Order: sequence, then C-alpha cells, then structure tokens
Amino acid sequence: MNASFQSVRKWAVQTARLCCGVPDYDVYVKHLREHHPEREVPSYEVFFRERQEARYKGGGGRCC
Amino acid sequence: MQAAVMPKPSPASKILWVAIAIVGAFCLGVVALRRGEPINAIWLVAAAIAIFVIGYRFYGKFVEHSVLQLDPSRAPPSVLRNDGLDYVPTDKWVVFGHHFAAIAGAGPLVGPVLAAQMGYLPGTLWILFGVVFAGAVQDFMILGLSLRRDARSLGHMLREELGPVPGLVAMIGVLVLMMIVLAVLALVVVKALTHSPWGTFTVAATIPIAFLMGGYMRWFRPGRILEVSIIGLVLLLLSIWAGKFVADSATWAPIFDMDAKTLAWWLIGYGFVASVLPVWLLLAPRDYLSTFLKIGTIALLALAIFLAAPTLQMPAVTKFIDGTGPVFAGNLFPFLFITIACGAVSGWHSIIASGTTPKLLANEGQARMVGYGGMLMEAFVAIMALVAAASLHPGVYFAMNAPGAIIGTTVEQAATTISQWGFVVTPDELLRTASDIGEQSILSRAGGAPTLAVGMAQLLHNIIPGEGMVAFWYHYAILFEALFILTTVDAGTRVGRFMIQEIAGLIHKPLQATESWTGNLLATAICVALWGYFLYQGAVDPLGGINTLWPLFGIANQMLAAIALMLATVVVVKLKRERYVWVPGIPALWLIVCTLTAGYEKLVGPISFTAAANKYAAAMQQGQLLAPAKTQAAMQQIVTNNYVDMAMTGLFMALVVAMVIFCLRAVVRGWQANHPTAHEEPYVALASVAG
Repeated sequence: MNASFQSVRKWAVQTARLCCGVPDYDVYVKHLREHHPEREVPSYEVFFRERQEARYKGGGGRCC
Repeated sequence: MQAAVMPKPSPASKILWVAIAIVGAFCLGVVALRRGEPINAIWLVAAAIAIFVIGYRFYGKFVEHSVLQLDPSRAPPSVLRNDGLDYVPTDKWVVFGHHFAAIAGAGPLVGPVLAAQMGYLPGTLWILFGVVFAGAVQDFMILGLSLRRDARSLGHMLREELGPVPGLVAMIGVLVLMMIVLAVLALVVVKALTHSPWGTFTVAATIPIAFLMGGYMRWFRPGRILEVSIIGLVLLLLSIWAGKFVADSATWAPIFDMDAKTLAWWLIGYGFVASVLPVWLLLAPRDYLSTFLKIGTIALLALAIFLAAPTLQMPAVTKFIDGTGPVFAGNLFPFLFITIACGAVSGWHSIIASGTTPKLLANEGQARMVGYGGMLMEAFVAIMALVAAASLHPGVYFAMNAPGAIIGTTVEQAATTISQWGFVVTPDELLRTASDIGEQSILSRAGGAPTLAVGMAQLLHNIIPGEGMVAFWYHYAILFEALFILTTVDAGTRVGRFMIQEIAGLIHKPLQATESWTGNLLATAICVALWGYFLYQGAVDPLGGINTLWPLFGIANQMLAAIALMLATVVVVKLKRERYVWVPGIPALWLIVCTLTAGYEKLVGPISFTAAANKYAAAMQQGQLLAPAKTQAAMQQIVTNNYVDMAMTGLFMALVVAMVIFCLRAVVRGWQANHPTAHEEPYVALASVAG
C-alpha cells in the first residue's frame, strides 16, 4: 500500500515537473555519473534554472 | 512487451468489445435520433467514450501495426541519444501526461462553443468521427514518423521528405498561423473582459502574483514548483474574491472598467513587455499556474458534468445549419469543419508530436497510447465544452455569442430578436443571468470563454450550491482561460521573436544574436505588431471580431493539419505501403477541400471579406457612416482590415495549393520507385543498446 502510494506520488511529481519543462533530476544525475563521470554534477537549483531558461528558447511549445 | 503481430483476441475480450459497441451505438442513436424532447448530456458523454475506446482499440491499432508498422524491439531516439535532459526514456504515463498538457489549450474549449449555434449534433459528430479518423491519426502518425527520424521536427521532416522549398513554404505558413492564433486568443480575453471590472482586476492580479512567485523561486526556494504553485493558487482565489469588492467599489471599478480597444492596447503592451522580461520573473511562474489550473479545471468540468448530468437545452440541430447563423456565417459545410479545429483535428499538434514527446518515449509500442490516446482525451475536452454550451438556455447562448450588430445592444432588443429566431427568452432572464454571474451585461461576449464560464458556473453551482457562488465560479473559469491564453501569448511571442530574428539574421547577421538587446527588442516589436494588428482589428470589427477572425484561424489551423497529413501520405507511399495511402490521404483530402472551399467563400460571395469591404466602401462613397464606425477614418479602417483578411485568406489558399502540388509530385515519384525512398534512420535493436 505504502509502496504503491509512493510510486503514484513519484509519477505525479515527475509528470507535473515535466509539464513545466523540468525533466527528472535524479535521472540526469544518474546519466552524468554513468556516462560523463568527468563532469561536475550540478545542484538541483542550478539544474532547474538551466532548464527553465531552455524551455522558452523557441521550438513548438504548446497548443492553442 | 507487445509482439509486433496482432494477438488473437480471446472470447471474453470479443464479448466485451461487442458489448461496448452495442452500448456506444445505442447511446449514439439516442443522441442522433431523438427529436422534440431534450436529452441528458450523459447519453452524449457515454457515446463519446464508447467511440473513443473502440477507435483506440481497433483503428488506432490498425494504424500502429499496418500503416506505421511500429516495432517495440526497435531503439527509439530517447535511448539512442540519451542525454539525461532532452532525450530521456520516460515512463509512458508521464509522457502521456506531458503530451496531453502540451496539446490541450483554449482551442478545444472555444471552437465547440461557437459551433453549438448549429445545435449539438453536428459538432458532436464531427468531433467524434473527425478525431478517430483524422485528428488522432495525424498526431499519432507524425509522432511515429518523428520517432523513426531521431525525433526531428515537422519542418525538418518536410524539408527532408519533400525538399527545401516545400519545407520553407510550410514554415512561412506556421509563422503566419501563429500570429493569427495569438491575435484570436488575445481577442477571446478582450471579449471576456470588456466592461468587466471584476474579471479585469483578477486577470491583472495574475501579474504581481507571478512576480511574487518568480522572486520566491529565484531567491528564496529555488526550484520548488509545487510549493510556489500552491501559494500562487491561493493568491489567485483571493484575487477572485477581492474582485467582487473592486467591482462594487465606486472608486476602483472605473479603473478596471475598459472598452475593447483599451483592453487590446493593454494586451499588446503587455505582450511586448512580458516577452522581453526574463522568463523566471513572469512567464515561468504563470506557466506553472496555468498548466496545473488547466488540468485541474478540465477534471473539475468532467466531474461537474458527471455529477450534475445536465439536460441539453439546445436543439440537436438548429435552423442555422443553412449558413445564416449569428455566431459565425457560413453553411455547415465547410464552416463547421473550420470552426471546430482543435478537438477534432488540429494542425498545431503536429508541431508538438514532433517536438518534445518523441524524445521521451521509451518504446515505439507506447506511441499509440500517447499520440492517438492523447488526442482522444483532447476530443473529450471538446465534447465537454460542447455539453457545457448546449446545456445553457439557448436564448442566453445566443445573447452571449451573437454580435451587437445583429441582436442590438439592449436586453430588450436582444430578447426580441432571439425570440424571433425561435429561442424564446425574456429580457429579465438575460438580466438575471448577468446579475447571477456578477456582470453588468452578458450581451455579445463571443469567443467561447464567457459562454463556457457561464455553463461551468451553472453546472458547478448545481453540485456545490451557495449564495453568490455562480459569480465566483464564473470568474474562476474566466480567470483560468485568460491565464493560459496569456501564457500562450507570452510564450508564442517569444517563439515568434526567435523565428523573426533567424530570418532577420539572413539579412544582417548581428540581429540573429538572441542575447542582443537591439535584435531582441526589434524582433519582439515586429512580432507583437503582427498579432497586435489583428487583435486591434478584432476589437473594432463591426461583427465583434470573433465572427470575422475565427474562420481565418480555423482555415490556417486546418491548413497546417492538411500539410501534416500530406506529409504522412507522402511517407506512406515512399515506404512502399501504397495500399494504406487512404489512411492519412482521405483526411488530408477532406481538409484540403474544407480549407479551400471555406477560403473561396471568404474571398468571393455574400459572406466574404470582399463583400464586407465593398459594403463599407460603397457607404463611404455616399458619405454615410455604418455602425460601429463613427468617423470616415474608422470606415476606411474597416475597409482596409477586410482587404488584409482577404489577402491572408488568399495566402493560406496559395500555401495549401502549393503544398498539394509538392506532395503530389513526391507521391508520384515514390510510387514509381521500386524500393522504399523514405528517410528513416536505420534499425537498431533496443536490446543491443538498452543497458
């Protein structure tokens, strides 16, 4: 029960963030560690700001 | 994991699908055939659900397996180019939520409300069958094509499959369409806020609220989206509550009481400032609010319809299918299919289906759920908007949506005119509705948002009664629509600015630098001027603006859908799957016929822009003034505006015809080739790369 609540919550948070253009931070950190160990891991705050800027850089975006 | 071949259905599933089909057919029969007595909205909703489920299970699956031939064993772009940021294999439900939030906007809420003037049946049938055979097919196929092409954009795919010139032509179409979309959406806000101090105050309050949220997230609690959104939501609800006192106050009300022209200028100024400010300050925080509020409100609307189960007061079919309707002019064919764009088939989606979504899907086997399923969800939103409009008293509906030039400007005139059409309504009923929602007048508030807001307010009031709550819900609904329209205007102006800077960079290189203030301000000014012109035109339009500009928007949006479906047709042929060419080909053909016919009728004939221009020009020659113009200069302005609209219509038609020629050429070549000529990326097995 607790586990399923946790997974629903994680899903909701991840979806809500993605709708605002912020991908999953943990996934990004994992990706950096696995594939680019030489790069510095940004803090969530730095990551968030970079993504916020990137979202409105152009491209399709949203619908009418 | 799913197998690539269709599994044999079990007897139990056969029985289940037959049962769904029977229930759906029965409900649809009730909706379509019962005349003379009002039916309950639940019949319509049930028919819609049954058709969507069947369409998803059978037609969607057919498109997946036979036409696109998607293969779950193939590595998608998210795996091949995984960078942890843009390309990330993501849970399918997360992708679905994201995709739906990106495609759902004001469109599916406005079009069906306008189309309700023909009765609820024509709109319902077009949404149900349009989405299954055209809209969802378009979204799904473009997503499928993009998945096989490194998640490339629509423009990129057009250049690759058709050549550089067709790609450029289509992109010009997209830029022009975007300007029309921004203008028409901004006009919806203007119509909703005209002489409404309550509404104007609450919408204006979103700006300081967003600043506050932006600052909070910048310096105090960076990246806490949920927390700041809850704070923002509470402040928004407070501003709705405070709006009532503003509207009642003798000092404050006049400040927020504006006419359409003033509001248009404010929005133009706002659009300029908002899109040069840093995103974290205004755009991003409001984007969060509007995204969450949008999903929440759609859920609330669904709940209200299920719980309140309203009766549809609008007849199934009204006499206005003959083209004499007051909300928009033109016959059922082709104008119904132009008016309801988003919800049945929307060209915009092809941009989103070839944007972020294909970079996130972890598996080709999930594309049907996201692409086809996401569009069915949007169609469901359109059905709910139609239900909300059709459950209003038809007299109130026409009073709200017909222009002042037709129904007059007093409740007595309006009630008389509308009653003569056969929708008996008294001036008292119109006054009472206005006072229930806390407004001075409900007359001629076209644009969908106010009508939907009244419908929603009455539905919500039925399930959560309370003194004065109708007015609260009304302003809540107005605020929610205005909020996400303003976000679209802001983000759209930014995208337009980048496009213009890119084009300007071809002439003078330094203008391309997005960090340069000269380039930035110049391109933003051009972009705002482009949509601002059409917005202002709408604000001074004799028929209230929506009546004139919505068809232009519909033609443009369906033009883009036709282009996307034509691309899909070309690719199907180039893949040597000619026997399935009709799957994207017939909807493409249908949209081409609709856009060209509607365009032609808007160019020549009684309902055309030309006729409107000539009428005003003839009056000018005789020195007369026609309402709403009060000077000869205003008359000249109306004539010019109509000529501009004519030119735009001509441009869209020329674009469609040019694309048809390019596509036919590509289809013939693809057909003659004896091997597949489409530009798919080579097959890479998922198992070989997935770690």
